[in-house]
Amino acid sequence: MQRIVIIGTGQGGQQMAASLRQEGFQGEILMLGEEPGLPYQRPPLSKAYMANGNAAALLLKPASFYERSAIVLRDGVRVAAIDRAAREVVTGDGARHPYDHLVIATGARNAPPPIPGLDAPGVVELRNLADAERIRRRLAATRHAVVVGGGFIGLEFAAMARAAGVAVTVVEAAPRLMSRALSPEMADWFLTLHREMGSQVLLDAPVAGVLAGADGRASGVVLADGREVSGDLVLMATGVRPNSELAEAAGLACANGILVDATLATADPAISALGDVATFPGPLGRPVRLESVQAAVDHARHIARRLVGGASAPYAAVPWFWSDQGKAKLQIAGLLTGADRTVVLPQPEAAPVVLLFRDSRLAAVETVNAAGIHMAARRMIGCPLAQLEAHGFDLRAAMKAAA
Amino acid sequence: MKITFIAADGSETLVDAAEGESVMQAAVQNDVDGIIGECGGSMMCATCHCYVDDGWTEAVGGQQDGESDLLDCAASEVRPSSRLSCQIRMRAELDGVVIHLPESQL
Repeated sequence: MQRIVIIGTGQGGQQMAASLRQEGFQGEILMLGEEPGLPYQRPPLSKAYMANGNAAALLLKPASFYERSAIVLRDGVRVAAIDRAAREVVTGDGARHPYDHLVIATGARNAPPPIPGLDAPGVVELRNLADAERIRRRLAATRHAVVVGGGFIGLEFAAMARAAGVAVTVVEAAPRLMSRALSPEMADWFLTLHREMGSQVLLDAPVAGVLAGADGRASGVVLADGREVSGDLVLMATGVRPNSELAEAAGLACANGILVDATLATADPAISALGDVATFPGPLGRPVRLESVQAAVDHARHIARRLVGGASAPYAAVPWFWSDQGKAKLQIAGLLTGADRTVVLPQPEAAPVVLLFRDSRLAAVETVNAAGIHMAARRMIGCPLAQLEAHGFDLRAAMKAAA
Repeated sequence: MKITFIAADGSETLVDAAEGESVMQAAVQNDVDGIIGECGGSMMCATCHCYVDDGWTEAVGGQQDGESDLLDCAASEVRPSSRLSCQIRMRAELDGVVIHLPESQL
C-alpha cells in the first residue's frame, strides 16, 4: 500500500494520520479538509474556549507534527467526488488524488429543524471554531439567549451563558433533557441542576419558528403551541446529520451514516469510514453511529492496525462520553440502548450513579464528578448483574476483585 | 518559562510554556511524543500520565481529587511521583520543571 487519502481533518482524520505513522506506515498520507487551518479539538468549543477564547490551545498538534510525520494536509479544500473505479478523490478544483486506501472521516453537520426564520441575524449554531468565535463575540452584548435543543451542546452552552450572566431559556421538544443519551433518572437530576443555575427549561416544547423584530434580527422563537419565548440570541442545537453524501454518490451503502462492517471497512475494501459519519455493528448487533471523540479516535486506531498490521479483529471498544455543564462533569460509559433494568446508587451530597443493565449484564453507567467510578465502569461493561450485586454495585470493588 | 521532558528512552526536550498553561498542553503544542491528552484535559482518559522529577515533586504538589482514580487506569506503572500532566498548571515556581514520560499511554 503506497498512498492513503483521508477525507476530513477533524479529530478522527487527524488520529487516522497519526495512528498510521505510529503503526509504521511508510507510504504517502494526504489529508483533505474543508475547514481552514490545522485539526483542532471540538469539545472545548462549548466549554473552555467559550470562557477563555484561546484558539491556539485547541490545536491537536502543531504544524511541525505534520512536517516531521510527512503528513500532507490540505485545508480549505472541498472534495467533489470519489471515483471508486479509478481509486481517485476529485477535489473542487478538478484535481484528482489517487489512493490505495481511502478513509472517510467527514463527520457530521448541524441539522436544524425545517422552521422559518433561521436565516435571521442573531440565529447561531455551534459546530466549528468559526461558529464558536461568532457566538463568543456576541455573548457580551446578549441579554437573553434562547437555546433550542436540550442536548449536550445546548446545555453546555446554557451553563456557560448563565455563568457569564446571560439569561437563558432552553426549549426542548422531548419530554426530558438529553433523551437520546441519558437515563430519565440522570436527566431529571440535570433538569434540577439547570433550573438551579437559573436557566428556564421548557420540555415538550417543539419550536415552530424564529421570531424577528422590526430590524429583522432574531427576537426569540415561537413554540408549536403558540407560546413565544423572547431572546436576542437564538442557538440552534438540535442535533447533527452525518456527512455521508460523498459516499452515497459513490455508491456506498448508507443508512444514517456510511455502513461499515465490524472491521470498519465499507463494502469497497479500499474504503473505510470512521467517527461521526460511520455506522458500525454495535454491541447489540444493531448498527450504531456515535458522535464522540472516543469513537473517532478508537475507530482511527483500529483502522490503522488493520491497514498496516493486517489485524482483522472486530472493533469492540467500549464507548464513553462526557459533558461539562457548570460544575457537573457528566461521564457515560457504554450504551443505554435496550436497557431493561436501572439501578440508582444514591451518592452522598452529589449526583446519583446510574447503572443500566440489559439482559442481566452491565450496559451503561452514568456518573457526575465521579471519575473513579467512571473509569471502573469502562472496564466492567458487560459484567453480569449478579457479580456486581455481590459487591453491592461498587464498581471499583468489583473491578479489583476481577483483576 | 521552561519545561524539560525526559522520554522513557532518556531523550530530552526543552519547551517553552506560558503561565497558566498545563504541562499536557505545553507537551502537545510543542509536539512532544509521549503525552497524548486524548480528552483535551477534561480528566477523562489518563493518556497524559507523567512522573514528576524527584527534585520537583514538592513544588508541583501531589495528586488532586479524582486524579488517582484515573491513574488507576493508566497504561504504565503508577508511582508516588505520578501525575496527570493536564492537572499541573505552570506558574513561576515551576519554571524549569523536569517531567519524565512513561513508556506508553495506551
